[in-house]
Parts: sequence; C-alpha cells; structure tokens
Amino acid sequence: AMEERRFRSASGAPIALRRRQHSACCRELSVRCPRLRLRSLSAVSSAVWLAAYGLFALSENSMVLSAAIFITLIGLIIYLHFVKIDQESLLVIGSLGIQVTSSYASGKESTTFIEMGQVKDVVINEAIHMQKVIYYLCILLWDPGDPQGVSEVVPLFQSSKPRLDCLIEVYKSCQEILEQRKTTPQAS
Amino acid sequence: MVLKVFFPSCCSSAESGILIGRWISEQNSAVVLAVLHFPFIPVQVKQYLSEVQRVTKVSISVLGSWSNSKQEKEESLSEFLEDLGTIFSHEPWIQISKEGDSKFWSCSILQKHSSSPKEEEIILVYYDQRKVMLSHLHPPLDTAASNDHEAKDASKLSAIFDTVAKSTVLFMTDRYDDGPIKLTHWQSDGVEASIIVELLKQASVPACMLLTFLLSLISGICRSRVLKFWPLSFLWSKLSTCEQLGHRLQHLQVISSNKKAQNQAQLMRKANIFVSLIIDVALGILLMSWLYRKNRIGHLAEAVIPVADHVAEELQDLLQWLMGAPAGLKMNRALDQVLGRFFLYHIHLWISYIHLMSPFIEMILWYVGLSACLGLTVALCILSDVIALLTFHIYCFYVYGARLYCLKIYGLSSLWRLFRGKKWNVLRQRVDSCSYDLDQLFIGTLLFTILLFLLPTTALYYLVFTLLRLLVVIVQGLIHLLVDLIDSLPLYSIILRLCRSYRLAAGVKFRVLEQQDGKPLRLLMQINPLSYGSVIQTYRLPTYSCYPKDSWTSLCKKLFLGELIYPWKHKEKQD
Repeated sequence: AMEERRFRSASGAPIALRRRQHSACCRELSVRCPRLRLRSLSAVSSAVWLAAYGLFALSENSMVLSAAIFITLIGLIIYLHFVKIDQESLLVIGSLGIQVTSSYASGKESTTFIEMGQVKDVVINEAIHMQKVIYYLCILLWDPGDPQGVSEVVPLFQSSKPRLDCLIEVYKSCQEILEQRKTTPQAS
Repeated sequence: MVLKVFFPSCCSSAESGILIGRWISEQNSAVVLAVLHFPFIPVQVKQYLSEVQRVTKVSISVLGSWSNSKQEKEESLSEFLEDLGTIFSHEPWIQISKEGDSKFWSCSILQKHSSSPKEEEIILVYYDQRKVMLSHLHPPLDTAASNDHEAKDASKLSAIFDTVAKSTVLFMTDRYDDGPIKLTHWQSDGVEASIIVELLKQASVPACMLLTFLLSLISGICRSRVLKFWPLSFLWSKLSTCEQLGHRLQHLQVISSNKKAQNQAQLMRKANIFVSLIIDVALGILLMSWLYRKNRIGHLAEAVIPVADHVAEELQDLLQWLMGAPAGLKMNRALDQVLGRFFLYHIHLWISYIHLMSPFIEMILWYVGLSACLGLTVALCILSDVIALLTFHIYCFYVYGARLYCLKIYGLSSLWRLFRGKKWNVLRQRVDSCSYDLDQLFIGTLLFTILLFLLPTTALYYLVFTLLRLLVVIVQGLIHLLVDLIDSLPLYSIILRLCRSYRLAAGVKFRVLEQQDGKPLRLLMQINPLSYGSVIQTYRLPTYSCYPKDSWTSLCKKLFLGELIYPWKHKEKQD
C-alpha cells in the first residue's frame, strides 16, 4: 500500500512524502526534496564563465578559460555527489530497528541502521535555525549508564526540513510501530 | 512477538532437508547456518551436532524443516516434516517451504508448549553467508572505549556475525565427502583455496626465522658499547634519521615474530606494517634509481657549495642592511656595529668551513644517497638532517640573538621594579615592596635607561633571526609531517576497504524485497562498510613524534620573552 502527499519544507519549497506499508510491522517513509533547477545551474555557470572571460581580457592568458571550465565541471560533480540530497527515507522494522537513508543526486546512498534495542523514542523537537524556529524529527537513544537519560539525539530529514504537518504524519506512523514493542515485551 | 529467521541466500535452491543453526531466544531470532539433506539417521545427526558444538562453543541445533518441492505440495511430506519436529525437539519448530521457482516462500511455526496461541509475524532476512563470515563488525568509535559488560547488550547484530564467524568448522564438509551427513552451505560445492597463498604461508616460517636472526644481530651491534660514547650518543639523539631507522627496526621485529596474531586488531596491524614497509622501500628504490640515472646526484653535490655560498652572501647583505638604517629606523651606532661585526665573523667562519669540506661533499652525498634504498622515509629524514646541518649558522644566530634579548628583557623587568620601589621575593615567589638606598636607586635607574634605549637594536636583531629560524623550522616540520604520514597511514586497511569492502563493516543495511500478502516479510541484509575516515582512525599506526604541545598563546609568550623554542620534541622511548 503506497500513498503520496505534497507538503512544504521550512523554506517554502515543495516536497513530497511517500508512505509505504510493507507489512504489519514494517513501514517506509520517504521525503523527496526539490530537484536541482536548470535556472540556478545556468546562472552559476554563466557567472563563473563571465568572471573568467573578464580575467582573460585583463591577463591575455588562455589558461584562465580552461581553468574556469575545469572548475565548473569539478564543482558540479562534487555538488551532485556530496551535497545535493535527492531523497531522505526512514524504514521502520518492528523488533529489528530503524534505518535512515539519504540518496544523493549522483545516485550515492548513505545508510545508517539503528537497532531497536538502542532506540528510546522518536520525538518532534524544536530548534533555532538561522533566524527561524523550526521543528525537526529525531530519534532518542538509550544511555547505557543512566536509564532516564539520553545518550544521543539523531536528527532526521535534515536536508529537506519538512514542516510540522508532514512531521506529524511521520511521527504517527513511527509511533504505531514503536508501540508494538511495548505491548509485546521481549524476554531480556 | 515477531520471529526473525536469518536465511543464507546460498541455500535458496537447496534440496529438501532440515535446518541447522542457532536459536537466539533473547532476540527471538533463528540464524540458519546450513541445510541437512535426506536421508539421515537422527542419532548420527545429534552426535555430529554435539561434536560441532564442542569445537565451536556455539549452541548449534536443529531448528526446523525446509522443503523445496518442484511439484505440488504432497500431503504425506508435510506430515513427515511435522513428525520430524517430535524427533528433534526444538521450541519453536520452524517450517519453511518453497514451491517451484516461486520467490515467495511460506513459513509457519509449530509451538507445542506455548501458553498463548497467538499468530506470530515472521520476518525472513536473507544474508550472504560468505561475506558475513569474513566480515568484522566495528563498534562505533565512542563506545569502543567503554567497558566490556556494556558491549554485551549493545549490539544484537554482533551475535549474528559471531555465530556465523565461529562456525567455520561446519562449513568444512562439502557435498563430495562420503559421510552420513550431507550439508548445503556456501562452501558445499567444494572448499576453495589458493595455491599461492598456501605456498606463501609455508615459505613465511623460515623467512621469519631468518629475519629474526638478522634483526637480533643488528640490534646487538646497535646496543654495543662502542656507539654509546658521549659525543656519538648525543649525535644519534639529535639526528632524526636514527629515530626513523630505529622505528623501522621495531616494525620489522613486530612482523618477524613467530607468534600468531591473537585478534583482528593485531592481524591488521601486522598487515599494515608489512604493506607500509614494502611501499616505503619500493618508493625509496624508485627515488634512488631516479637520482642515480643521469648522475643527478653529482649535479646535486655540485650545486650544494654555490647554494651555501649564496645563502651566506644573502645573510651578509642582510647584516649590512641592519648595520645601516634598516627600514628607516635609527639604531644605536655602537651596539649595531658590535653585533653586526660579531655575526659577520661567524659567517666568515662558516664559509671557510664549507669550502674546506667541498672536495668531500660529492663522495659523501653519493654514499648517503645509497641509503635511500632503505625507504623513502629514511631519504626524507636525511634531507631534513642535511637542511639542519646547512642552516646551522642560522640556528646559532638565533640562539645568540635570543639569549641577548632574553637577558635584556629580564634586566629591564627587574630594574623596572626597582624604579617603582619593589623587589621580586624569591622565597615567596611574589613582588614585594623594598626600600632601596639612594645610590642603589641612582645606579639602577641609570642602567634601566641604558637598557631601555638599547632595546630597539637588540629587538630588531632578535626579530630578524627568529623569523629566519622559524622559516627553517617550518620547512623541517613539513618534511617531518610527510614522514609521519607515510609511517602512520594504514595502507592495507585502505586497500581492503577499496577492494573487499565487506571485510570492514560499520553495520548492516536492509533492503525490502518484493512482498506478497499472506507471506512473511522478506528483507535482504547487506553489509554497510566502514567509511574511509573511520578506517584511518581505527587502524592508524602509532608513531614516535608528538606534535607541539604549546598552544599559540604560550608560543607567542615565549617568543616575546626571548625563551628558546623547541617545536619538535620526540616522544620519550618507552622500553
């Protein structure tokens, strides 16, 4: 069962939330970030090449032009492979764990898996980001020394920054699965 | 409660049989290690399993039944499989059946002694047996330092990795063995081995013994009394080449020891040292062949004297400039002349010394260049030492200038206190007021004025020579940084991460496969390799140099007061 809804990110860009239920204890939630616009790409490369042409006119050295082309290509590759995140997804498998995946524009995927035994809770938190206060979803991990404390906070959807309405949907889906582990206590 | 079954993907096409593996009750999960085929005698199976359990210390048992039928499911077969559950009593008894070529298997559980007969959901997790067996799971770096008892309940996945890794003896029997037990696992098509690896293993034992013998000879010579006389031992401690050679000797001793590596970390360390040594020597020999090819070393030797002369001439010009009116500042004529002539005389001595050495330089350099075959790091250390020797006069000037400036600053501060009527109390380590006699005050104030007006001259000389010394120190520091990098880089681990990334695991990742309603959830478990940064951080080789412990503020304070700075101190040797 799969459904898709449109929301807005914290900065106003349109994002899409896709929810898939694979089985009773397994759910996948993925947020698709706005794609790279052709407008901004051509604006940046024209600016770089105009500057390079200006330098060439001043210094009469053709190396400047080839260096500008080289820099544009390398910069684009680095941006697509390391910076631009296309989709962030959350896979919650009851009694196994939670998997957080970020897929980059070049196809690279970076995954982290957190075991269910380490997860204390999934909550919505507030944070001050630049000049705004935004909401973000995060996973709280158990502190082995202190049962009341939290050892680490893992923030989710950092690049797409969905607004509260989208976060509430994700929160509800996660909590339905997390509640299952409370009703069926594991033998320790 | 959710039941998790970890099924090896190599057994997907196995014939019908029973499942052998380990049941982890705390996690409610079953790790299937192999499939045992019909026909078998249950008594022999139980005997075999108890033997395997004794050797591997992993509680292996029969977990359930597996049926792979090409035709329709037969009723008698399913009853037969249920009866097996009574022979091998295991709670719960897992039954997996596959029909034809269908991807979707049906999985059911038989619980005889369960209190609540509710439907359990089953998750089927496929894993690559060979990769999980060979891989080493790394705990996250911040928890690696915590105590052991927390590590036990930290990771449930490490239990699964351990189970597969320790059961290697189960994977030794393949389907071509004539025995009562017929298993299917990742190696059931025949045990694979490489001839080259086996030959190397056989050859390594005598090679290690030979190397140990040679090393004991060399370290015996090094420790002999001849080399311990005072001037020589002082020289050895100052030369960085000797430190580097001693470090490499230590590495060779680690490799050539005939004790087998106890755990993963020691094995990786040995492998890293070995690869690092080989690459170092290869680069050194490459450098040597480049240097000696077109007699470049001769050209280098011929260029040494003119370069040294040029440096000395530049220094002389600098001193002449300081003795005049440098940058428009007006210096004290007499002190200026004294200091300038003093330093000029030193440069004159230095140039004569270099010219005395000039006929021997080429020969010395030719033989010293041969030692580059011991490694690139040794060649770089020799370069750093040669730079230190050639700029020895700059070091001397820095020391003279610094001492003079330091004395002046101390004198000024003490006389300033006298000027204000105070004194430094050595006993109490504080400033106390003191009543001076009139003649003490008079002489003190006079001396204070003299020192104060002579301060700009001394300060300028000190500044110029400190900057020169810092320049040399920066160049030497860069060379040492490069040597340190080559020494500590774990090349074997990086190559392993590049080529066989499943061996170094940071964790796992799950992929959801195609689902069908009514059938159990299917997941594929893959190994998530360690990132390159964590690989370097975990497997870094320790080196002998420690970086300057002074922070920037204390360095500036030392420079201001004129204290001598030693930026690169080596670690104390711990025996």
